[in-house]
Amino acid sequence: MNDITAAAAAAAPEAARKRHGSLLVQDARTKTRNASETRFRRLGLLAVALGMLALVGLLGSILSNGLSAFKQTYLQVEVFLDPAKLDKTGSGDLAQIAKVSTFGYAPLIQAAMQRAAEEAGVDTSALPAKALGQMVSKEAPATLRNFVLASPEKIGQTVSFSLLANGRVDGYFKGRVTMESAALDRNISPEQLAFADQLKAAGVLETKFNWAFFTAPDASDTRPEAAGLGVAILGSIYMMLIVLCLSLPLGVAASIYLEEFAPKNRFTDLIEVNISNLAAVPSIVFGILGLAIFINLVGLPQSAPIVGGLVLTLMTLPTIIIATRAALKSVPPSIRDAALGVGASKMQSIFHHVLPLAMPGILTGAIIGLAQALGETAPLLLIGMVAFVREYPAGPPEGLFDPAAALPVQVYNWTQRGDPAFVERASGAIIVLLVFLIVMNTAAILLRRKFERRW
Amino acid sequence: MTQTSPKITARNCQVYYGETHAIKDVSVDIADKTVTAFIGPSGCGKSTFLRCLNRMNDTIDVCRVTGEILLDGEDIYDAKVDPVQLRAKVGMVFQKPNPFPKSIYDNVAYGPKIHGLARTKAELDEIVETALKRAALWGEVKDRLLAPGTGLSGGQQQRLCIARAIATSPEVLLMDEPCSALDPIATAQVEELIDELRRDYSVVIVTHSMQQAARVSQKTAFFHLGNLVEFGDTSQIFTKPSDPRTESYITGRIG
Repeated sequence: MNDITAAAAAAAPEAARKRHGSLLVQDARTKTRNASETRFRRLGLLAVALGMLALVGLLGSILSNGLSAFKQTYLQVEVFLDPAKLDKTGSGDLAQIAKVSTFGYAPLIQAAMQRAAEEAGVDTSALPAKALGQMVSKEAPATLRNFVLASPEKIGQTVSFSLLANGRVDGYFKGRVTMESAALDRNISPEQLAFADQLKAAGVLETKFNWAFFTAPDASDTRPEAAGLGVAILGSIYMMLIVLCLSLPLGVAASIYLEEFAPKNRFTDLIEVNISNLAAVPSIVFGILGLAIFINLVGLPQSAPIVGGLVLTLMTLPTIIIATRAALKSVPPSIRDAALGVGASKMQSIFHHVLPLAMPGILTGAIIGLAQALGETAPLLLIGMVAFVREYPAGPPEGLFDPAAALPVQVYNWTQRGDPAFVERASGAIIVLLVFLIVMNTAAILLRRKFERRW
Repeated sequence: MTQTSPKITARNCQVYYGETHAIKDVSVDIADKTVTAFIGPSGCGKSTFLRCLNRMNDTIDVCRVTGEILLDGEDIYDAKVDPVQLRAKVGMVFQKPNPFPKSIYDNVAYGPKIHGLARTKAELDEIVETALKRAALWGEVKDRLLAPGTGLSGGQQQRLCIARAIATSPEVLLMDEPCSALDPIATAQVEELIDELRRDYSVVIVTHSMQQAARVSQKTAFFHLGNLVEFGDTSQIFTKPSDPRTESYITGRIG
């Protein structure tokens, strides 16, 4: 018996070696398999690299175009608010002062520029007087006029103002406008730019952080330097509030009903198929729906965040419902059994046990849906949010019915404008939009972590 | 005495899963203050029948139960019966330990809370302590009642689930293979516990282990292919089974 086993043990490696060959040499099959694995790995790496390259290219082009939008050139000038021009009657009557249009303020700025140049010791003889006034933005007279109307007692005094420089002058310091291009440009001359250089050296002209980009409303084609995102940001925030307040409770309630209570029959199958289909409907179709129902049928105002919010809610609902149902499905049935086993009602088992466990998934889905809604443009175009809006909407809830813009639509709007300065503005708006999205996604991740930490 | 007043009486009970006839004409009397074991090969319907006793099968859409199951003479499938009320009386412990992802305290306190068994925090504390003591877990967890229940070991988790089930002071305790996910030491602890619980409850246990059935139960029911083949005293089933199928199963020839 022992002899036989010993003989078998000795024969075994011999036989095995014959069947499989040496372990130190790879056979043909192994080589092919390893080669295909290496190929697959390289392919995957290539795909990742391509994706990263696209991302870097995209971000690079947006950042290189748009970062300059967060800096703005200002002229620090002392303006004499001449009573002879602003308040001819000398009555101090606001109605009379208001009769002076922005054209009446332009000479004041021109004079102030002249004085600033003299004080800085800059020779202005090469420039016509009018060219001096053109150095500042067309928005500047309006800034002055608003100031005077707000505090008419300042008339007759000399007040220090930080006025926006003209878009071309601003562009010169950002590298967009050069001496060569200015020679061909009707709006600016190389002499003016040279003058701007001297003003900068004298400290009259300076580049500051552009807070107005976040707070100012949109501006017309001829004054890109004054255009800001204030109304668009407010409009987007209003719409997101509406979407959050409507789609989250509606979506979660619908999902809970469909997932936990609804009988499984042909009708609920139909609803399920339709929800999946709704998620794939092109967003512009929701815009047409919003136009037909909310504006034409219900009579809600155009360009209002309420309509935009409702349309985006419709668009976000399927996303939230699908995410919530997936989150509810992923809660292990043992938890439901445990709750039912101790005599909890169905409602109690869902609200005490299932929903808290599904919360991270629901929140992630909701925030992804919100982020999608935040970036959505097409449906908003159809409900009039593309309009040029300079008035801030009032505070909620009345403000929800006031005209407003939205961030993505503002981007779209600015890319349509002629002045090259709007390219910078549009890219800047994209950066703001991206920052909002990153903040929302980070919030999603943080919320998820927080809820998951509860074991 | 047990013959005169059964806790649960099933008469001609049939269960269908859609087209499948899972339980065929089962009639059984389950006595109070006794451990009754359901044994049988996989898929024989013992778990299904157990889940009929507290209507856990209601959660399965395609499941249909006919026949009569009486708890203290009341038909639990009567239209007037709310399964939630029934489950407060008939507690259940599952195969896999399934504590809620909450603290140990909250796990045990949940049942009493939703049934309004405690009016004050002190009362609730007492219920939790009693339940944990009865489940032989108090000594191990009394210093960390606020720690997550899911952080306990498998055996401790299962005892926590038993504590959770008895905290609502049920009259019947159903256990669906409570030891199948546990190691031998934890199994021994749970078995000891089941023996303890017999003093106050009617315990019904489904088990794959015939040794376990022999150790803990007084009555044994053998299921095969949806039929209740044999029901009787455990000692009799394991020594002198009257049905050849029972004999084949306990001697290891089928199953």
